[in-house]
Amino acid sequence: MRSARWFQVALFMAAAVAVELAAVYAGKAFLLTQLTMSAYYTLVVIGLSLLMGYAGQISIGHAGFFAIGGYAAAALTTWDLSGRRGGWLVSALGAAGALVSRPDLYGGQVLVVRPWVAFGVAVLLALVIAFAVGIPVLRLKGHYLAMATLGIGTIVYSIALGTGALGAADGISGVPPFPLLGGLQVGGAASIRVANYYIAFGLLALGMLLLLNLVNSRVGRALRAIHGAEEAASAMGVDTARFKLQTFVLSAVLAAVAGVFLTHFNGGVGPSEASIMKSVKYVAIVAVGGMGSLWGTLTTSLVLNFLSLRGYFGTFDDAVFGLILIAVMLFAPSGILALSFRRSLEPVLGRLRTAPKPAAREGEAGDPDSMPYRLEEKPSEDGR
Amino acid sequence: MLGELLLQYLVAGLTYGTIYAVVGMGFNIIYNATGIINFAQGEFVMLGGMTAVSLHQVLPLPLAILGAVAVTMAIGALIEMAFIRWLAAPSVLRMIIITIGVSIVVREAALLVWGQQVRALPYFTGNEVTSISMGGARVSPQVLWAVGTTALMVALVTAFFRWASWGRQMRACASNRVAASLCGLPTRNLVTLAFVLSAGMGALAGCVVSPITYTQYGIGTGLAIKGFTVAILGGLGNSLASVAAGLVFGILESFSVSVLPTAYKDVVTIAVLLAILFVRPSGLFGARKASRP
Amino acid sequence: MALLEVSALSKRFGGVQAVSSVSLQVQQGMIKAIIGPNGAGKTTLFNMISGFVPPDAGAIRFEGEAIQGSPPHRVAARGLSRTFQHIRLFAHMTALENVMVGRHLRSRTGFLEGMVRLPWTRREDEEVRERSLELMDFLGIAGLAEAEATSLAYGQQRAVELARALASEPRMVLLDEPAAGLNMRETTELAKLITRIRQRGVTVLLVEHDMSLVMRISDEVAVLSYGEKIADADPRSVQRDEQVIRVYLGEEEC
Repeated sequence: MRSARWFQVALFMAAAVAVELAAVYAGKAFLLTQLTMSAYYTLVVIGLSLLMGYAGQISIGHAGFFAIGGYAAAALTTWDLSGRRGGWLVSALGAAGALVSRPDLYGGQVLVVRPWVAFGVAVLLALVIAFAVGIPVLRLKGHYLAMATLGIGTIVYSIALGTGALGAADGISGVPPFPLLGGLQVGGAASIRVANYYIAFGLLALGMLLLLNLVNSRVGRALRAIHGAEEAASAMGVDTARFKLQTFVLSAVLAAVAGVFLTHFNGGVGPSEASIMKSVKYVAIVAVGGMGSLWGTLTTSLVLNFLSLRGYFGTFDDAVFGLILIAVMLFAPSGILALSFRRSLEPVLGRLRTAPKPAAREGEAGDPDSMPYRLEEKPSEDGR
Repeated sequence: MLGELLLQYLVAGLTYGTIYAVVGMGFNIIYNATGIINFAQGEFVMLGGMTAVSLHQVLPLPLAILGAVAVTMAIGALIEMAFIRWLAAPSVLRMIIITIGVSIVVREAALLVWGQQVRALPYFTGNEVTSISMGGARVSPQVLWAVGTTALMVALVTAFFRWASWGRQMRACASNRVAASLCGLPTRNLVTLAFVLSAGMGALAGCVVSPITYTQYGIGTGLAIKGFTVAILGGLGNSLASVAAGLVFGILESFSVSVLPTAYKDVVTIAVLLAILFVRPSGLFGARKASRP
Repeated sequence: MALLEVSALSKRFGGVQAVSSVSLQVQQGMIKAIIGPNGAGKTTLFNMISGFVPPDAGAIRFEGEAIQGSPPHRVAARGLSRTFQHIRLFAHMTALENVMVGRHLRSRTGFLEGMVRLPWTRREDEEVRERSLELMDFLGIAGLAEAEATSLAYGQQRAVELARALASEPRMVLLDEPAAGLNMRETTELAKLITRIRQRGVTVLLVEHDMSLVMRISDEVAVLSYGEKIADADPRSVQRDEQVIRVYLGEEEC
């Protein structure tokens, strides 16, 4: 089972490599840009898939966490602190090595927070907000939960849109590249396009691996139990509130990480990243990809996001996603790509007899093959 | 001076409050009949106003409004028949997603038909500068139209549910769908009726406030969120309470603009929604089944 | 000291006093049954003991410690497990996985460890799997391990639910109408099974309607009627109790 997971991820990376080579060879390297963006959006989606598919909690506000990550990184790496050099905070940060001086777009020098530090702050911020928000919100169910998450996403959007320091409607631009290890940088320059493609897909692969591990562990079982029969899970000792909260926070952190990386890649972020429509799109993709199927969701997300970014849906982008939502929910509520590789490993389904749920069946002669309890070993009788 | 300003805010709050009240009522009617929260509720208001504006180009105002209401009702029925009717015991999640999808499609269709332009019906009586002096403030007669129409709608709808045969049947259906159908009530059609009613109400409200608040393809979403807030504030399932809640909410929103920058207006209203959900989901007037999942 | 001590427990729902000052004790190693006509308050009592419903008044002591008002997962952590009247297996999971969830309290892997999959996590997972299989074997359903739980026959689902409840190695299990929906043959097997469970050192408290089962295996029987306890003794005495007979007038004994 373990090796199956590694194999799947390896296959995925191989496919990514194949696509990259094909694109470059065909002279369409520019496609890699949209693919890179799709990969980052997909990171948000698989986290959401964990929350919706496994923990069974709906969130129509996840774009908010993406935006929190993106805006935090953007703001910290673009706000010029040189005017406040004397202040205690700036001096402390400077002494700690958290600041860096770099040239801005207009040739001047600005003093900003280092991208790595900004990244840390962004993730921490998302974590804290997710905890704070998650505790009351996850106690709600159904419509109430949906509306609450919708509301939270809208609050983030309104703040982003309405705050001058965050660029209001224009958002923040001029975000510098994010230097990773070695010479690797997360940025939008054409010269590092291929490297960025691999950074994005590598990050996505890592995220998938972590989530696949999680899903097949005690935690994954507990989540599925919560989704399947919450009260029974509770009776088995599962602290349902805590697990739901931790899943929520994990998915929020994934979204924020994606937000940071994509903001550096794009060189900026705007309020539309926090819009309701964005959140709805994420939900639509999870619904189509099959809730509870990480690979199905990943594939759907890469395809749909790529098509959307390439403009294939034109001005009907939103309408298309709306229609997808309706169609999938009407006709295939478990998702059209609900591959459950767990299911495909089960050999016995056909050999079991399913009796209808009976009322009291007093006096009925029992069918020997449906005897529920056999205290003696009789391996040959059931033939399994 | 201050008194006048406060009154202006109050009047503005009441005006918007009437829309919220009607949307909230619409939510409750459909919720009572089906247990579904119809995210597309706000779109009915938008459709009413926009259709009326288009019809007004060829019809006199009263007929245009009537036509708009009729068209929106038809669309409401269509939505129910196409998407809601043939679902058997859907999960809450499924229903939420479907109605969100519907609201998106309706909105995008509206964008296609009418573009991004902001439109408005002409004032029913007078124009934008006519005003009646009431208690020291200048109140536009349109506000009176809005409040009056809403009051009339509320009265008619309440009477409908209380005395009309179909109204009583809908209440039975809402109370216990299975029992109602066993009694021979046409539950499926009653559900359609619920949608038609909500759509009509929303459309009329949309027409009546359009001169003041303007109409645009995208106003539906915000209205849906606020309408839902109002419905919960009054207690989900309690139509009358949502009227009171709507007015309160409208006034609250109006006054919040005086304190916070307009850009954060939504933040305030959503904070109210969250506060209710976290603290008292059964609303101010506590419906019996508070958190019906 | 009794393993489970319920003192003057009461619960009211709106206008109905579902449970009215009920006290009872379950000694370690015993099989005790709670019987009574429908609506007597048996399931409410169970729900209070297992933490799903907070009592209005009274106390519940398990191994000497107060547990009234504790949420279900804490009650389970104390060593008190339960099954449900209408079987609640986890959908979209195999029978084995269902039982493995039962071992949740006996394992430690959390979110971070689960994602990174350290060696000790893997070992723990293996152990959980093995113990769960062992348990299913004890109940004779090892062959059903890979089947999707909700697609099994009703009697088999009961067995899986039982295995799941036992997987946390509880000191005591609450069985809520375990014989519901089983025919006579299956009920006999169930009786044997419950006695086997007791032999393993697990105390059993069950709610049941099936008199033959109750009288056959219980050490003690408590009778509830309209929320009140009207009898609490060995099966023989309870059968002869006048009040009990009156309450059950018209019920045939098997």
